[in-house]
Amino acid sequence: MPLTRKIAFIDLSSGKIRKEPIPKQLRQLYLGGRGLDAYLLYNYIKPGCDPLAPENVITVSGGLLCGSVAPAAGRCHSGTKSPLTNGFGSSNMGGFFSPEMTFAGFHHLVFTGKADKPVYLWVHNGEVELRDARHLWGKDCFETQKLIREELGDEEIQVMCVGQAAENLVRFANVRTGLKNTGGRTGVGCVWGSKNLKAIAARGTMGVGNKYPQEALDYAQKWQRQVVDTKVAEALGYDGTMFIWNVTNTVGLLRYRNFIFNQLEDWENLTVEKFHEKYHAGVVGCFGCPIHCRHQWRIKEGPLAGLYGEGPEYNTQMCMGGLLGITDWESVLHGSHLVDKYGFDMAEFANIAAWAFEIYEKGIINEKDTGGLKLQWADAGHLLPQLLEMVAYRKGFGDLLAEGPLRALKRLGKPEAEYYLLHIKGLGNMISDERPTPALALGVATSSRGCDHLRSRPAIDLLHLPEKVLEEVFDGGPMDSNFTSYVGKAKEIWVMERVFSVVDSIGTCKFQTVFFSPHMPKFEEWAKMIYYITGMEFTPQELRDIGERVYTLERMFNYREAKHTRKDDYVPERYFAEPVPGGFPIVKGRRLEREKFDEMLDEYYALHGWDKEGIPTKETLEKLGLSKEPSHII
Amino acid sequence: MQKMLIVDTEKCTGCRFCEVVCSVKHERGSNPSKARIHISKLEDERILVPIVCSQCEEAPCIVVCPTHARSREEQIGRVLVDYDRCIGCKICMAVCPFGAISFDWEAKRIISCNLCDGDPTCVKFCATQALQYVDVTAANRKRQKEVAAKLNESRREFVESSMP
Repeated sequence: MPLTRKIAFIDLSSGKIRKEPIPKQLRQLYLGGRGLDAYLLYNYIKPGCDPLAPENVITVSGGLLCGSVAPAAGRCHSGTKSPLTNGFGSSNMGGFFSPEMTFAGFHHLVFTGKADKPVYLWVHNGEVELRDARHLWGKDCFETQKLIREELGDEEIQVMCVGQAAENLVRFANVRTGLKNTGGRTGVGCVWGSKNLKAIAARGTMGVGNKYPQEALDYAQKWQRQVVDTKVAEALGYDGTMFIWNVTNTVGLLRYRNFIFNQLEDWENLTVEKFHEKYHAGVVGCFGCPIHCRHQWRIKEGPLAGLYGEGPEYNTQMCMGGLLGITDWESVLHGSHLVDKYGFDMAEFANIAAWAFEIYEKGIINEKDTGGLKLQWADAGHLLPQLLEMVAYRKGFGDLLAEGPLRALKRLGKPEAEYYLLHIKGLGNMISDERPTPALALGVATSSRGCDHLRSRPAIDLLHLPEKVLEEVFDGGPMDSNFTSYVGKAKEIWVMERVFSVVDSIGTCKFQTVFFSPHMPKFEEWAKMIYYITGMEFTPQELRDIGERVYTLERMFNYREAKHTRKDDYVPERYFAEPVPGGFPIVKGRRLEREKFDEMLDEYYALHGWDKEGIPTKETLEKLGLSKEPSHII
Repeated sequence: MQKMLIVDTEKCTGCRFCEVVCSVKHERGSNPSKARIHISKLEDERILVPIVCSQCEEAPCIVVCPTHARSREEQIGRVLVDYDRCIGCKICMAVCPFGAISFDWEAKRIISCNLCDGDPTCVKFCATQALQYVDVTAANRKRQKEVAAKLNESRREFVESSMP
């Protein structure tokens, strides 16, 4: 049964390890995964600590249903105090690591302190031990996994690790498992590096029991059919996340050359169809997932022949491509391979590198600042491998980029450069131009981990669904089918924040939620599945409340650690100042209207029960049982 | 008519859900180490092969079993284990050419696929139909169709190339 999985506290300074059962009370309040991680971070981090100091804490977890018969219950969460935002650091990835950790007897790991030399953690059938990792220091993410498997003599071992970028304290270094699964955002890997934590290896044969096995199995089949029957599952299974690219590019919702244009030139070269023709080598799925949205690719000829990997994603297409003005597949795939190897967030890299290209073009920086690099858009494809290496090893100009938005701006010391760097709370914007889409803009602006879409993005807002359908998905109206409208959008974000909080705490995949399709599972389905597997009874409303609790606690964390309030909940100035240059007639010429954006914010805070400054009110905290945090139940 | 479990490795995505549902069906809990099916993976080479008992007609595991615990059951066309006779000597594991027989380390007993009594759970859950349970006389039909299509294609090319 999932409820028998334990939590291990690992003090890296002393090497002491403590294993504890997870109190049922915490399961009822936070489920597991991201939710329980939020609780642990809020309780265990010394307020105001430097993210790279030993006082910072790292959590690694699988969700409540991780490794169970619930489809796609294989997501892994890792959290910390972010070295980019000083607020809530949180990253999530698929693959096979967290199920293996679950089969080894653990759902949560909490790392404190700092090891005096590189170490890795070996988790196996109820046992947890720290091992020397000096011989792994300097190895990339692929080698590290391979070497640990060889050393421990078991091919089935799953490894989560960091690469050279984390060792060199690149502030947006990430954590990885397998060929491409990446806990990408907020620089969690950097904190691993600061603590000399190189990897976690897991292997186990401890089953995850079911309270009602036959019912769980039958319901899993029903759930699986519900997912597979959607059109989006079919599209994702064939094209991966790139299925949406032709549409968003045509409509004009992408960032080309930083933020200069919202559609790609030569876009025909970078389509998923082109990818299929030359590089596609099959599809694979994460643990227990019927959607299988991951491509495998291989370059068969030319100077890069033999290079292979998993992906690319929609995000790769833009981060290694459009954002930097690159539109040839081989540069994109090569870049993707290097990022996976060194282990850092391609979104954060792309955002800050594209900024450097734009301010170079504008003459704000020149070759003196870049150490001789000529950052011209036309050369971006050639420069990409070099730039990635410079960031991973903090060489030359790469050292500045590796600092992430807030610190790079400060160090550069050119106030006029600030306008061109798109970030919110210190986390770089990803690949979307949200000016024409108020819902999406509000989502990234208020996200509890900084500028990021996976806290709340209601992608179905773009599908022009009938208002009746939207009302059903978003628990009532008024709703507006038009994605450029401001009506109902705050509510969309609020609902999706709860959806994603809960799904991240259960440990299943966001692609099996109403993210892309109104027909996907939601609170009702999750309540049933939790009951059949664990016997714990939740009403759909109680699950919504858990989502609210998790999100509000993350908000409290950000207020406590980084003083984030309303002033930090705005999109970058450019969103208000510059009209969208191209795209569909409904999109072209649009920019966000500050007054309406403010109204959306007010509406959003009111839905959450936060005051006008975006701080949770006393009544809200009491209602959610958060008024006594940190409560140190464990 | 008898049916058989066929594996189409090209369609396998390596998600391992077959392992999960198999273990839940037979052992109540999700536990790939106790599943009767296992995905053998070489991730870098994109090799993903579900390994499961082939229910051999001339099964080596039956031949070597010293206590005659293993036997064929023709009604469903499978190899069964009689746990009253099985002594857990594991010789069947050693001789299985596919490595499709496992040992349950907790219950201390041999486990292998029994086709869920003619309704294999793994097949019901395989989203890409890499696993199928089909009539034995039709099991090779799909491969035949593929070959036919290839032959047809080369004949068409030949005819087109020999035209003036």
